[in-house]
Amino acid sequence: MDRVSRRPRLSTVWLGGCSGCHMSFLDLDERLIDLAGRVELCASPITDYKEFPETDITLVEGAVANLEHLEHIRVVRKRTKILVSLGDCAVTGNVTAMRNMYGLEDVLTRAYRDTAAVVIGIPNGNGAVPRLLERVRPVHEVVKVDHFLPGCPPSADAIHAFLIELLEGRTTALQGRFG
Amino acid sequence: MSVKTLEIDGKMVTGMAGETIFSVAWEHGIHIPRLCHIGGISDVGACRLCMVEVEGQRKLQAACLTQIEEGMVVRTDTPRLKAHRKLIVELLMAERNHICAVCVANGACELQELARSMGIDHVRLRYRFPVFPVDTSNERFGMDHNRCVLCTRCVRVCDEVEGAHTWDVFGRGAGSRIISDLGEPWGASESCTGCGKCVQVCPTGALFDKGKTVAEMRKDRGFLKYIVTAREKKQWIG
Ligand code: SF4
Ligand code: SF4
Ligand code: SF4
Ligand code: FES
Repeated sequence: MDRVSRRPRLSTVWLGGCSGCHMSFLDLDERLIDLAGRVELCASPITDYKEFPETDITLVEGAVANLEHLEHIRVVRKRTKILVSLGDCAVTGNVTAMRNMYGLEDVLTRAYRDTAAVVIGIPNGNGAVPRLLERVRPVHEVVKVDHFLPGCPPSADAIHAFLIELLEGRTTALQGRFG
Repeated sequence: MSVKTLEIDGKMVTGMAGETIFSVAWEHGIHIPRLCHIGGISDVGACRLCMVEVEGQRKLQAACLTQIEEGMVVRTDTPRLKAHRKLIVELLMAERNHICAVCVANGACELQELARSMGIDHVRLRYRFPVFPVDTSNERFGMDHNRCVLCTRCVRVCDEVEGAHTWDVFGRGAGSRIISDLGEPWGASESCTGCGKCVQVCPTGALFDKGKTVAEMRKDRGFLKYIVTAREKKQWIG
């Protein structure tokens, strides 16, 4: 990765997804120990960071669904050498993007009024939750993506094979599929 | 009938006059991608995935519609053809709402498999997210227009094999839609016999058996060969 020999820095990011891709990543099981020896894990959804660190490889789970995702992925892109869309939500929008068939107002009304047991009102983005974007977008519609690993979720084997290829400097297209 | 000799991908092959490039190629182990073609019913050239290059012709030809000719030189797998096919599959994916993860046909869908076999790991075009209905009025089957690729296999099998002609195509361009009878819900169709042939030939998760959930729908196309052989050879063999 660098001329100074150091372990490549790996981060993972969680946008609008169900965390299934991260679970699949954790399903690497004992292979995680081997991987931990080969990379330096910098940031993940469970590490506490104020600023996203400079990273060699970042795996992104989830679609870009709200303002926070949008701002975050822009910073992540700037600080990442190789950005990877991990899983169908990041790659296609997937289930997260199914609301795109309807207007945002209709979706919010349905969720917070029509079907709510207690109607408090529709969150307006000023408080605790970030404002939703009008349209959910796959990551590559927002920033440049270097590699794609489709699947819902991609299997642990697929993630492992992909990372090993990448770490060993090969970028042969691996056969994945949507769904 | 006369025999014709031609070259496909550098291989000398023979076929009968009247046969298409597509079927002669398949008989010789050259598998041209396809979506609207299915053996046993007529061809319409709707999907353009089977396009090939024929030497001496500027335009690409749909292999499923083009008859073989003596001395023809055909190429089925050039970089140009591959690029076109890839784009067609991406266009189909972007045109309607293909959410494979929650689709009945996940893992057994011809469109999904085409994407995989072509190494499509993302769609370069913007998804349209159109609004399309799901018709669940039929007692046993469902029709999800979000997953329809307008191949018209359902239209042709219902007309040519079942003889009911329940389905047809309504509208134009991206707004086209498969309709039953004169646009009534499928369940209200008077012509449909409920045979299920359309469901079995549909390449995607658009037509499915009710009660099937994610990745449970598997299609059985055996009947088509059985019926067509019976018609042509007067023998009931599979
Ligand atoms: S029809 Fe095929 S491509 Fe479309 S969502 Fe279903 S599995 Fe995916
Ligand atoms: S079930 Fe049979 S008759 Fe009815 S629409 Fe399908 S093919 Fe036609
Ligand atoms: S419903 Fe299925 S068979 Fe009919 S046109 Fe659509 S994709 Fe093709
Ligand atoms: S298979 Fe020939 S045009 Fe569709």
